[in-house]
Amino acid sequence: MNPVLFPRTKEMLLSMVKAYPEARFMAGGTDLLVALRQKQKALPPLIGLERMAGMGDILKEGEEISIGAACTLREVASHPLTRQHLPLLCQGAASVGGPALRNMATLGGNLCTASPAGDTLPALFLLDARLDLLSETGLRTLSMEAFITGPGRTALLPGELLHRIRISIPQNTPIQHFEKVGNRNAMAIAVASLAALIRMEQGLVTEARLAWGSVGPKVIRSSEAEAALMGKPLREESLKEAAFHAQKAVQPISDIRASADYRKTVSASLLQRLILYRDSDDKGEQS
Amino acid sequence: MSKPPENAPISFFLNGSPLSLSVAPGRRVVDLLREDLPLTGTKEGCGTGECGACTLLVDGLPMLSCLMLAAQLEGRNIETVESLEKDPVGEKLITSFEEKGAVQCGYCIPGMEMTALALLRKHPDADREDIRKGLSGNLCRCTGYVKILDAVEDTAKTLKAPKEMP
Repeated sequence: MNPVLFPRTKEMLLSMVKAYPEARFMAGGTDLLVALRQKQKALPPLIGLERMAGMGDILKEGEEISIGAACTLREVASHPLTRQHLPLLCQGAASVGGPALRNMATLGGNLCTASPAGDTLPALFLLDARLDLLSETGLRTLSMEAFITGPGRTALLPGELLHRIRISIPQNTPIQHFEKVGNRNAMAIAVASLAALIRMEQGLVTEARLAWGSVGPKVIRSSEAEAALMGKPLREESLKEAAFHAQKAVQPISDIRASADYRKTVSASLLQRLILYRDSDDKGEQS
Repeated sequence: MSKPPENAPISFFLNGSPLSLSVAPGRRVVDLLREDLPLTGTKEGCGTGECGACTLLVDGLPMLSCLMLAAQLEGRNIETVESLEKDPVGEKLITSFEEKGAVQCGYCIPGMEMTALALLRKHPDADREDIRKGLSGNLCRCTGYVKILDAVEDTAKTLKAPKEMP
């Protein structure tokens, strides 16, 4: 039987990695243990991160929020700092699974699973999250774009670990909105999701960032859809035009949960639902 | 797994009492409870973290025992459905579930009750919508949700009600 180890410090962690080079890192375990059991063999050595110093806290450092990779999704969704500054990420985190799952599953785990349907990924893309990776050779920092290399694939090297997620606090309180469509409200993997970060001044869009989840191998952005909203009010006409571009940008597959056509339609509909914010003033206050 | 498992010592609190035992670190908590201890109140449904049947409380928070390893229990405070009748909120939940007939096959009920216990301890003023959200991770394949919601709401109302003066 292989060991299950719980390092508390960086030094302990690195020496365990050295002793068990074949070990897998386990954060909440909610994806990993299911995947390992499906393989029907003995567990590999596991290095659990739930007790690691510096991986379970959420801090404000200057003008950025820094989140330990082993923070549970419940913590991410409910922490005063994320609720105040990163509502987009809170909404994504609160959309994963159900309450008990969110008490175990972690932000770092959601990232490293790198599922196209990972509910925190569109938000992290739009917020330009920077990911600190830790290994024996020290720290390196990657963008989301560089970190997620494909469905289920990341740029992590053997023995390397996602340590912290850092996000600059968005200025001028933009509209931050995440919406997910699944086959039911809880415990469902997304059929499609949309993260939107929109800045308005005097009723006109001055910045639009849009990202769709679960409709391509990675999170999909559409510069055409974003451009279609620029300088315009959030009205049916501009949203329809943006939705037209969105439908062309997404690359969904058909699977057991939904057809590709349905996913395209939903991607466009989610965008048009941003009309709910049409009366937002330049402060971008959310209802 | 052909090799005999190597056990390691762990210590934790189980339903209020300290417990030390020797167990394979990779053994799932649901198996440890049901087969080794044996506390069979906790049920395994899907085994993949989707149904909530195996929910227990770890340091007061609902978690899924099918996705938890024995080694993770070290130093933790575990509550299973077997402790429900010893808890004032739990005792009321049992009565409400009985009175509202909130049970068909009963398989999901331990998970439902443990989730409700954590919710009502933290939010004794929970309304029906809070309860619906709180229980959203627990599936019932008899579709008995309405009576289950009735029972948890009934417990919440009792907790909220001012104590009667003698």
